[in-house]
Amino acid sequence: MKTFKIGGVHPQENKLSAASPIREAALPKQAVFSMFQHIGAPAKPVVKKGDVVKVGTLLGEAGGFVSAPVYSSVSGKVNKVDAVIDASGTRRMAVVVDVEGDEWEESIDRSTELVTLADRPELDGKTIVEKIKNAGIVGMGGATFPTHVKLCPPPGKVAECVIVNAVECEPYLTADHRLMLEHADEVLMGLQLVMKAVGVTKGYIGIENNKPDAISLMKERAAKYPEIEVVPLKVKYPQGGEKQLIDAVIGRQVPAPPALPIDTGAIVQNVGTCFAVYQAVMKNKPLIDRIITVTGKSLAQPSNLLARLGTPFQQLVDECGGLPEDTGKVIGGGPMMGKALLNLDVPMTKGSSGLLIMKEDEARRSEPEPCIRCAKCVSACPMGLEPYFLSKLSAQADWETAENEDIVSCIECGSCQFTCPSHRPLLDYIRLGKSTVMGIIRSRAAK
Amino acid sequence: MNLIVLAIVALGAIGLISAVLLYFTSRKFAVQEDERIGQVSAVLPQANCGGCGYPGCSGFAGACVKAADKGSLEGLLCPVGGQPVMEQVADILGMAVEASAPKVAVVRCNGTCENRPRLVEFSGAHSCKVVQMTGMGETGCAYGCLGCGDCVAACQFDAIHMNPETGLPEVDEEKCTACGACSKACPRQIIEIRLKGPKGRRVVVLCNNRDKGAIANKACKASCIGCGKCVKTCEKFEAITLENNLAYIDATKCKMCLKCVEVCPKNAIHAINFPPRKPKVESAESQNNQSAPSAQATQETPQTPKEQQA
Amino acid sequence: MSKKLVISLSPHVHGDDSVKKNMYGVCIALLPALAASLWFFGVGAAVVMLTSVAACVLFEWAITKFILKRDKLTICDGSAILTGLLLGFNLPSNLPIWIIVLGALFAIGVGKMTFGGLGQNIFNPALAGRVFLLISFPVQMTTWPDNAVDVDTDALTGATPLSLMQKAITEKDPSLLNDLPSSLDMFLGLNDGSMGEVSALLLLLGCVFMLWRGIITWHIPVSIILTVFAFAGLLHLANPIYANPMQVIFSGGLMLGACYMATDYVTSPMTPKGQLIYGVCIGLLTVIIRNWGAYPEGMSFAIIIMNAFTPLINNYCKPKRFGEVVRKEEAK
Repeated sequence: MKTFKIGGVHPQENKLSAASPIREAALPKQAVFSMFQHIGAPAKPVVKKGDVVKVGTLLGEAGGFVSAPVYSSVSGKVNKVDAVIDASGTRRMAVVVDVEGDEWEESIDRSTELVTLADRPELDGKTIVEKIKNAGIVGMGGATFPTHVKLCPPPGKVAECVIVNAVECEPYLTADHRLMLEHADEVLMGLQLVMKAVGVTKGYIGIENNKPDAISLMKERAAKYPEIEVVPLKVKYPQGGEKQLIDAVIGRQVPAPPALPIDTGAIVQNVGTCFAVYQAVMKNKPLIDRIITVTGKSLAQPSNLLARLGTPFQQLVDECGGLPEDTGKVIGGGPMMGKALLNLDVPMTKGSSGLLIMKEDEARRSEPEPCIRCAKCVSACPMGLEPYFLSKLSAQADWETAENEDIVSCIECGSCQFTCPSHRPLLDYIRLGKSTVMGIIRSRAAK
Repeated sequence: MNLIVLAIVALGAIGLISAVLLYFTSRKFAVQEDERIGQVSAVLPQANCGGCGYPGCSGFAGACVKAADKGSLEGLLCPVGGQPVMEQVADILGMAVEASAPKVAVVRCNGTCENRPRLVEFSGAHSCKVVQMTGMGETGCAYGCLGCGDCVAACQFDAIHMNPETGLPEVDEEKCTACGACSKACPRQIIEIRLKGPKGRRVVVLCNNRDKGAIANKACKASCIGCGKCVKTCEKFEAITLENNLAYIDATKCKMCLKCVEVCPKNAIHAINFPPRKPKVESAESQNNQSAPSAQATQETPQTPKEQQA
Repeated sequence: MSKKLVISLSPHVHGDDSVKKNMYGVCIALLPALAASLWFFGVGAAVVMLTSVAACVLFEWAITKFILKRDKLTICDGSAILTGLLLGFNLPSNLPIWIIVLGALFAIGVGKMTFGGLGQNIFNPALAGRVFLLISFPVQMTTWPDNAVDVDTDALTGATPLSLMQKAITEKDPSLLNDLPSSLDMFLGLNDGSMGEVSALLLLLGCVFMLWRGIITWHIPVSIILTVFAFAGLLHLANPIYANPMQVIFSGGLMLGACYMATDYVTSPMTPKGQLIYGVCIGLLTVIIRNWGAYPEGMSFAIIIMNAFTPLINNYCKPKRFGEVVRKEEAK
């Protein structure tokens, strides 16, 4: 069975909500739309206090090419346009809407029947990219990189294939799994749209073999499309990393930065992104909702919810049985790469793939012990780096050596820290070093 | 006997050859260095703290010599040695040195555990820079002290320490050399290298919060909310400016009248190293254009790092 | 909600591995060999082992508490126990107790704590202790009691296979090698020597356990054993005064060294490539010292020498970076 070649770990899967079908979450009373739901320039608010909005009304326009517009997912009145604490833990510009009723923009097709490419022969690549761009679609796996940017390779680079990231290697999360089981045809259609948009004829869907039902279903549905291949992959974290997935599926390795994944000829898109692309192109529906896994060991009902963007996490937790007494930590995303939240008033965004409630006894880090140089971090690192060394260099602020040791190649997957027997905060320091070194490189380039 | 002679001769020969070799190598590879650099180096503190902006004391000595050749020592200051050392350096180089006022590190945050409640608990590497990456940190203030002591670790002079009660670092003004290492180490730029002021007295806004008033007010009891009352009070001297919802007192313009301290509704402005206030306010006000009255100066206790006047 | 939430940076889960698990894992792997040496050497072995372990733990405790004045005591992490066990395995079972205590003091005090404790030492502490004792008390350290289960005791009193091998080389007499126990006997442990030098089989069993639990990787033990086998085999083919390679790899402390001492985390290189270089060098040095050196056993010296080279190896052997293949192709 295929997998990536270097390093990797195998955390406990804990896919508690794998058998729970997708439910629609109730509308919030107040929705908060951050203008920073993607990587790149923030969106610029185009509404002001008192404006009346509908579901699908533009709230913020894209702030540049690497940016994405933000649409309202609810109908109601704009309460304020102000800085609000979001999932990043910082206070940033957002539009707050008081919800009244549920009125949709008329351009959105709310029917559920499947529209295929054969029904829309007039669609060409350019139109598809344009529609994706206007719908505000970003990478839904959590990286939130604007999708249309990925679909426009820089000059000189040619795309050869599209790989769908259906790996879901993060423990606990099941949103992509459920999406494949319940919307297989839409996902396949989304993949075909992406393939058409970049003009390639080969598509892969990489699925880890801990989801046999999804593999067999996707294989069955994809049978009628010879250009699409479903690739089962051996379970290993971080297979969902873009570089690792390309390595696993087509056996090519992305060179060190500044090279991009497109240098291997592959374009990677998440399953959720494919679904959103389908809805945007075929149903004219901008990105206003997503599937989110709300889970945790002591949560009453771990579930997969179809929730409107901007819904406060508190409400999602309430729909799954309320916040348990023994809650110690709340994480936006999965346990390996997610971000701990300051409180539950934070709204969900385009990149919220999961909400994980951790118990109090597992919330704190263990006391770090001295490094025993066991080299387990070195063998776990999927990028072939030496985490123990990089972490030491960062703690000592030796940025020059850290740069020579390829600290910027780190993908922050956390495998090193996961595996460290001395419980050392390796990634804490490496992340600090990486951001500092990247800043140094940028300022050097600016000169 | 023969053996001893042989040994002496052999060892002597080896020694002689080595000495000759050493002599010629040292001549060949000798580095010509301006001897003044060595002399200047000798009077520097040799702490190699980098506070002057040069890599170590010898780097600074080199810079001094170069600057002297160009005709002026302006802009060069060893913050550790301060004025006396710079005078010695100037002596060696045959230059005059301008007087520079002594400076000190000031922690511009008064978000003690009591003033600024901890909303969440951080678990991870014990470093301010790491905590900063989580966004807000443990409290509701995105600008205040993170309390992990990166500044303490950066200080080479043992001049800054965490106070476990307040959770804030405190500067030992006797030891502080104003080298600026702590200021650079702080990810939130809380520590300012500020004029020490006459007799160590100064008036400072002990807050770094640039959020809007309502948010700053909620986060901390001792925050500056940018109300601007102090700016109005100081209209005469224009020492106080308000930028990004934060008041700042220009130490060169401040006349130490302490009126701003009184008007601040959040007690964010502090008068440091002033003698304990007497019930009679008028005397201080009448003489506010001069430095502190001599009668009070005798009571001054410079050892007390902060005497806060509320 | 009354309780404060905890925040931290990702990852939020841990693989549940710990220093303790690894240290005690090695101790468990040593248990079969320990049992065998107790059976072969009787009460003497038990006394040596207990003294060694107790002395190591005691010294570590005393040094952390009274000299380094650290609040956190580290004796529970199992590393001192492991050092004690390994030191014990390297000693003859009739060694006087005061010598053992001295060895433990050197191992923990000089070999480990002077460098700052666990993770900081350059040399394997147990080996440092053993080499110290070997140099200071050569007579006591190389006089072994008879193996209680040895079949032909009278034929081989006190002379270990290793000293026989070296004698054969110095006297250029291959017939001396006929007195060696068969490879099978040596593999099972029916020969004389220090406590850990007897049963290669049980030591290998423990090594397989460590490989299975992921405590060590195969690189170091395999590269050492293969190198010794190949080098000794070549010598044996060239000249019969050199012993049969099977007997070489099963004799002396080679198995113990290759599986337990050279694989010590702290003092071995970090990358697979570095570990292979380290293993091959240890193998070569071992054969060289055994055949042409002053001491019959070269394993401990070889490991100590390579311990000193570990930082250098770490500096030059970097792991293969992701995408490196592509990078090289592009450079061409």
